[in-house]
Amino acid sequence: MSEETSPLYQKRIPIYPRSVKGRFRNFKTGILVLAYTVYFLLPWLRWERPNAPDQAVLFDLPRRHFYIFDLTVQVQDIFWLAGALIIFAILLFFVTGLAGRVWCGYFCFQTLWTDLFMMIEKWVQGERPTRMRLDQGPWTREKILKKGGTYGLWLLVAFCTGLTFTLYWVDAPTLVVDMLLGRAPYAAYFTTFFLMAITFVMAGLAREQVCTYMCPYARFQSAMFDHDTLIISYDERRGEGTQGRATLGKGRKNREERQAQGVGDCIDCGYCVQVCPVGIDIRNGLQYQCISCALCVDACDTIMDNLQWPRGLVRYTSEKSLNGQKTQWLKPKTIGYGVILTVATALLIWSILTRATYTATVEQIRQPLYTLLSDGSIRNNYQIKLNNQLTEPMWIDIHIEGLPGATLLMEGMERIQLESQERLQLLARVQMAPSDQRQDQPVARDRVTFIITALDESHGEPIRREVPFYVPENH
Amino acid sequence: MSDKTQNPQPRTEAVQTTGHAWDGDLQEYNNPLPRWWLWCFYGTAVFSILYWFVYPSWPVGDTWIKGFGTVTYTVTDRATGVEEERTDRWNTRYLLVEEMNRAANDPRRREMLERVQAADYEEIVADPRMMEFVRSVGRGLFGDNCAGCHGRGGEGVAGLYPNLTNDDWLWGGRMEQIHETLVLGRNGFMPAFGRVLNPTQLDEVAEYVLTLSGEAPPSEAAARGQEIFQGRIGGCYHCHGMEGTGLPSQGAPNLTNRIWNIVDVPGQDTVQDKKAVVGAFVAQGVENVRVMPGWQDRLSPIDVKLLAVYVHQLGGGAQ
Repeated sequence: MSEETSPLYQKRIPIYPRSVKGRFRNFKTGILVLAYTVYFLLPWLRWERPNAPDQAVLFDLPRRHFYIFDLTVQVQDIFWLAGALIIFAILLFFVTGLAGRVWCGYFCFQTLWTDLFMMIEKWVQGERPTRMRLDQGPWTREKILKKGGTYGLWLLVAFCTGLTFTLYWVDAPTLVVDMLLGRAPYAAYFTTFFLMAITFVMAGLAREQVCTYMCPYARFQSAMFDHDTLIISYDERRGEGTQGRATLGKGRKNREERQAQGVGDCIDCGYCVQVCPVGIDIRNGLQYQCISCALCVDACDTIMDNLQWPRGLVRYTSEKSLNGQKTQWLKPKTIGYGVILTVATALLIWSILTRATYTATVEQIRQPLYTLLSDGSIRNNYQIKLNNQLTEPMWIDIHIEGLPGATLLMEGMERIQLESQERLQLLARVQMAPSDQRQDQPVARDRVTFIITALDESHGEPIRREVPFYVPENH
Repeated sequence: MSDKTQNPQPRTEAVQTTGHAWDGDLQEYNNPLPRWWLWCFYGTAVFSILYWFVYPSWPVGDTWIKGFGTVTYTVTDRATGVEEERTDRWNTRYLLVEEMNRAANDPRRREMLERVQAADYEEIVADPRMMEFVRSVGRGLFGDNCAGCHGRGGEGVAGLYPNLTNDDWLWGGRMEQIHETLVLGRNGFMPAFGRVLNPTQLDEVAEYVLTLSGEAPPSEAAARGQEIFQGRIGGCYHCHGMEGTGLPSQGAPNLTNRIWNIVDVPGQDTVQDKKAVVGAFVAQGVENVRVMPGWQDRLSPIDVKLLAVYVHQLGGGAQ
C-alpha cells in the first residue's frame, strides 16, 4: 500500500456556483417561473363542477376521485396513470436519445429547487468569492446573520413547497385555514413537514449529490446516449490547439498571435468551471455528473463575446459532429421511440375520450348456486354493480332477455336513479317456473342476458351482460 | 454510451486502487463513497437498535424483548355495548383490533347504521342504499354467527339445519317472525309415532303425506292414511293442519310443497323408498335435535335487526 492511497470515503467538496447571464440561463429562468407558477397556483384555481368539489385539480383519495379540470378520473380508470407513466418514460427515452439530459438540465424538480435555493443564497450572501470567504471565515455576527437568513428563506420556500403539495389532495382554502388553526388531520401536517424537510435537505444541502449518487434516472440516461446525441462539449481541437490552452498573456492577446504559437482559443479563465452547479470541468469531456444545464455554454459565450471571438468553444454538439462528421437526427432508435410515443399518446387520448358514462357488471351468486322454491321453481341470484361516471344523476333500467319463462325480481329497483358518481350494488333474483325448466338436458346450464340501459339516450348504448342460469340435474 | 472494443482500454485519468491484489494482478479500484452515505449507513444501524427497544424484537430464552411501545385499543362487549379501553404492549393483534374499531367508526358506516336503526323494515327493504349496506354488513354478521350451522350462503344442511334461501319457512318468513327466531331461538318438536301407530298405519300415513306434494299417486292406502292424519288416531292435523299446510307458530312444516327439510324424499328413486324414509321418520319423531339457540345475549339490537333483514332477503324477501 502506498502512502498516496485515497481514503475509502470522501467528504463533499463544497460547490460555489458563480451566476451567469445568457441564452440558456434565460431559458432556465423562464421554465422555473412557469413551473413554479403552475405548481404553486394550480391548487388555488377553482373550477365549477355540479355535485363535486370546485377545485380545478384535486386528488380525492378517500372518495377515490381524481379531478383534473373537466376530467374526473375514477378508481377503475387508474390504468390511465399507467398509460401516462409509459408516455413519460418513452418521452424521456426519446428526448434523451435525441438531445441528452434535457430533463435533468431544465425540468427536473431537483434542478429547479436547487436553482432557486442558489438564487436565494446569492441574494443573501453575495457572489461566489464572497460566499467562499464567508464560509472560510470565523463565525462573526455577519456570518451568523447571513447564514441564518439563507436557511430561514430556504425553510420558508421548503414549507411553501410542502404545503402546496398537500393542497393537491384536499380542498385548498379549507386546509390552509385548518392548518393554521391546528385542526387539520395529522396526515396533512406530516406530509407538509416531511416534504419541507426533504426539500430543505435535497435542494439546500445535498444538491448535486442527489444527481450523482441517488438518482437512478441520472445514470440510466447515459445508456440512451449514442454518437449522434446532443451533448454539451468543449471543442478540444479549437480550445487546445497544438500547444494546449493558455491564459491571455503577453503575445497571446489575440487569436492570430495565439494560432501562430499553436495555442488554442481557451483562455483558461475557469468561468465554465465556476458556474457549474455539479462542480465539474466540462473541458475534461463528457462526465456522468454533467446534468446538461448549459450554464457553461453561457459562461464561455460571455467570454468569447467580450473577446469578440466566435462563440461555441463550449456548445451543444454531438460526438460525431466533434469528429467532423454529420450528426444524424433520424435514427431507427428515435423513430422507434417516436412511433411508440405517438401510439401510446393516441391510445390514452382515445381511451379518455371514449370513456363510458356508466358501467355495470353482473355476477352470479354461487353460494348457493340455485334455490329450489316450494312450487318447484328454480331461483338464481345475481349481484349487479352499477357505477355512474358522470357528475350528474342518471336513471338506469334493468331487464333480462334470452331465457324463456324467466322473471326478474328486484323489488322495484329495476328502475333506479344513481346519484352523481355513485356506485351501487343491487341484488337481482331470476326465477323460472317448473314447466319452463328444460327436462331434456342432464345438466342444463342456460344463460340469461341482463340489459342495463341509461334512460337518457345521450348516455350511451345499453350494456349487455350474459351470465349463467343454473338448473340442477334432477329437474 | 456503448463502444465496441476488443480490449478495454486503460482509463485515462489515474484511478487509485485499494492496494489489494489477488491472484497476482487482480486489483480493486478505489472510487471513494461519499462520507454522508457512510453516516446514513450508521444511521440505519442506530435506527435498528432504537427499533429493538420500541417494538418486540429478540427472543430471550422462553420469552422475548417486548419493547416499550404500547397499543391502546377499545373493546366493546357486543351484547351490552359497554366499551372498555385497554393499553397493552405493542403487537399487531391489538393494532388490528384498534384499526377494526376505527373502521367501524368510519363516518359513512356510522351514518348508514343510524339510518338503518331509525328506519322500519319496509323502509329498509325499499331503499337500495340501505339494502346494499345490509348485505355488506349482514354477510359478516351471518358468517360470524350463523354460517356454522346454516352454511356460508344460508343454504343449510339437509336433515339438520334449515335452508334459509328458499321461500319455505318453518317458523314464518315475515321480518318480525325472523326477528323473534333470532332473539329467542327455536326448538322443533314432533312426537315419535312409532309408539302410537303400527307399521301398517305408518306406511299409510307416509303414503298420504307423499300424495300431498304429488310424490305419490292417490290410492286406497293413502285414503286410509288421510283418516289417520286428519283423525284422532294420528292427530297430525294438530300441527300440520287439515290440509297439511303446516303451522308456523309450532314450526310445523308445510307438507304440500316441494321442499323437504328433514326427510330426504327427493333423493329416493321409487315411491316405496320414499314411503320407507317418511314412515321411518314419523315413527321416530323430532326431539331436541332441531334446536336453535336464542341470540339476545350475544347480539346487540342493531345486529339482530341487520341480521333479520339479511336473512329475510336471503329467502327471497317474500312476506
